[in-house]
Amino acid sequence: MLSRTAENLFWLARYVERAEYLARTIDATLRVTALPAAYVGKTNEWDSALLTAGVGPAFYDHYEEANERNVVEYLSFSAENPSSIKNCIEAARLNSRSVRTALTSEMWDTINSSWIELQAVWNKGPANREELAKFLRFVQETSLRFDGSAYRTMLRNDAYWFSRLGVHLERADNTARILDVKYHMLLPEEEHVGGPLDYYQWTSILRSVSATTAYHWVYRETLKPWLIADLLILNDTLPRSLASCYSNLVRNLDQIGVAYGRQGAAQRHARGIRNRLEHSHMDDIFQHGVHEFIQEFIADNSRLGEIITKQYLI
Amino acid sequence: MAVAFDEMNGLGEDLRPAYQELSRWLKETPPDALEYRRQEAELLFRRIGITFAVYGDSEAQERLIPFDVIPRIMSATEWTLLEKGLKQRVLALNMFLKDIYHGRDILRANIIPEDLIFQNPVFRPEMNGQDVPHDIYVHIAGIDIIRTDPDNFIVLEDNARTPSGVSYMLENREIMMRLFPDLFARHRVAPVERYPDELLSALRSVAPHSASAEPTVALMTPGVYNSAYYEHSFLADKLGIELVEGRDLIVKNDEVFMRTTEGLKRVDVIYRRVDDDFLDPLTFRPDSALGVPGLMSAYAAGNITLANAVGTGIADDKAIYSYMPDIVKFYLSEEPILKNVQTWRCREAQDLSYVLDNLADLVVKEVHGSGGYGMLIGPAATKATIEAFRDKLKREPEGFIAQPTLALSTCPTCTDKGLAPRHVDLRPFVLTGSNHTTIVPGGLTRVALKEGSLVVNSSQGGGTKDTWILSE
Repeated sequence: MLSRTAENLFWLARYVERAEYLARTIDATLRVTALPAAYVGKTNEWDSALLTAGVGPAFYDHYEEANERNVVEYLSFSAENPSSIKNCIEAARLNSRSVRTALTSEMWDTINSSWIELQAVWNKGPANREELAKFLRFVQETSLRFDGSAYRTMLRNDAYWFSRLGVHLERADNTARILDVKYHMLLPEEEHVGGPLDYYQWTSILRSVSATTAYHWVYRETLKPWLIADLLILNDTLPRSLASCYSNLVRNLDQIGVAYGRQGAAQRHARGIRNRLEHSHMDDIFQHGVHEFIQEFIADNSRLGEIITKQYLI
Repeated sequence: MAVAFDEMNGLGEDLRPAYQELSRWLKETPPDALEYRRQEAELLFRRIGITFAVYGDSEAQERLIPFDVIPRIMSATEWTLLEKGLKQRVLALNMFLKDIYHGRDILRANIIPEDLIFQNPVFRPEMNGQDVPHDIYVHIAGIDIIRTDPDNFIVLEDNARTPSGVSYMLENREIMMRLFPDLFARHRVAPVERYPDELLSALRSVAPHSASAEPTVALMTPGVYNSAYYEHSFLADKLGIELVEGRDLIVKNDEVFMRTTEGLKRVDVIYRRVDDDFLDPLTFRPDSALGVPGLMSAYAAGNITLANAVGTGIADDKAIYSYMPDIVKFYLSEEPILKNVQTWRCREAQDLSYVLDNLADLVVKEVHGSGGYGMLIGPAATKATIEAFRDKLKREPEGFIAQPTLALSTCPTCTDKGLAPRHVDLRPFVLTGSNHTTIVPGGLTRVALKEGSLVVNSSQGGGTKDTWILSE
């Protein structure tokens, strides 16, 4: 297929995934900030929402204070923020338009009708919290419909695989960023200095990767920070965990490799990361520093993006 | 202006046979139901994303072409005549182009003045002596047809460069079949759906000799911001070929390749929807970012077929148009089946003085204009506009032609005040491949939605209708 088509499919999937992630982040932050101050402590949750979205410094070019109104606006609707939800959906639509031939009509319909709704209903932004909640649900549903229609209607060929690469690369990045910002809440018991208010922080982390229920099914335990870290990093059964993203990335890259009859740097690099995740234990990770581990992962993950681009997309 | 010939009701109240069933159906159908279906159709168009961009209109970057749900119907007999005329016309266009870029018999026979060719900016000297596969220059032609009476089809314009609109022919039909299954069941409408197959086989049939047995065809678009982008992606999809932009292509050793995820892949035929000027920055406009450097040298080497060929503009130029009846006679020794609109060439002194004396009654068009821009419609213009145009005309008479204001036929159309006649034209699409010429029975009917308006262009408030050709 055309390199440009593959590139568009890859980025289209990333934009949709990112939009959903931003919606989850806002949703989780809204919940935690709605609690009385005694339960959440003094940290500015809106600031950490900006950090997990990776737009901290740029935000302050446009705003003085990281409060609900400003951060929600910046992450959702701001034209200045290149990866605001609105810009993500617009970029996704533009990408879809340029690769319409590679999309099924169901996928196009999802993106196009969301884009139409964005123009028609959400052009001015939500007027109150209730509308905001509705908007966030709309974004999550867009992503679910997009994923679902891709899964149900696309031929299982390179177009599908490149699109999946985008999903999983972006997803891994998003999960890693939450961990990067919140890792200090997840340290093992003996190192941890927090109090009971952390409970709500942990829930918030799980919520932003939609894993609250999953946690209980997997561990059958009350919330333990190191188990949350284990779930998000190493547990292959959680779709948003780093391990799961990398099983998928490796599989999709292998499928491409088989179809094209050759492997390359992208396959090797992805397998390297996957192997490291597979052979890691949380104990070791904690011992060598969670923060260092996560930062290294973020760098490795973005390196994979560059390698895929070089190998296939240009 | 006199009452125009109506496709449904003729010149008076004599219901024409092809419309009998429709007329009955309209009487049975409450007006609300029509309006409801109209809204449904609009919704479908928007969801599918069948939009076009209007340049210089940032408010409505993507607009819908209004779709009228009342079909325009033609009988099999009418179509047979039209089809024959179209084939004759396109054959003549192709022979003319071959001659202009080779022996130039028609110039030596003094049928067309030389300067009209050689000083014409759409004449491409690069094409002199260059052979194209099977001598086909115009693989896809869109011939704009009007009528003023039941007996004659008149060509308003030949489109031999990159005619657009065929996606509307196909999508209008899809939507009509979805919205009015009962109405279809009561007619025998010839299908249009094989157009993409016909187009692909025509394109493959003109692959260069150096191509493999399974030639690779690609559709080249200027990109998502082009006004006809939807059509480009629609056609590429239906044909199952890659939709490429200039940056996807690269020329190496006079062969054209596209950049794919598996490396470079050779392309043999390009159905290009990019104007000549932008094809190759090394040959044409150096500032073109849409083109492919070296494409013309691959073309000259015979390793790539461009459809339509480079330089076809010389055949659909409005100044050449007036010579079309002579062109048909010269190459085919036949009488033209399709009429021309009477045309005054302002470059000729006698014609100019007639035009200047009768500006208020005439339509004056720029020779190189298109899309309905830059023309004067005498009867509809104010005195001041006419006088301003008169100056323009005197300053550069060779830039204009004039035609009588024709009462284009009308067709019943949904309006705010119920069904009313609106002026229509028709653009059938003529495909020419190595061994035959095909016209899918139908075309794009464009309708001027404003009462009394004669301008059907979508960029100027025109709409479209489905076109039904009835089987015997």
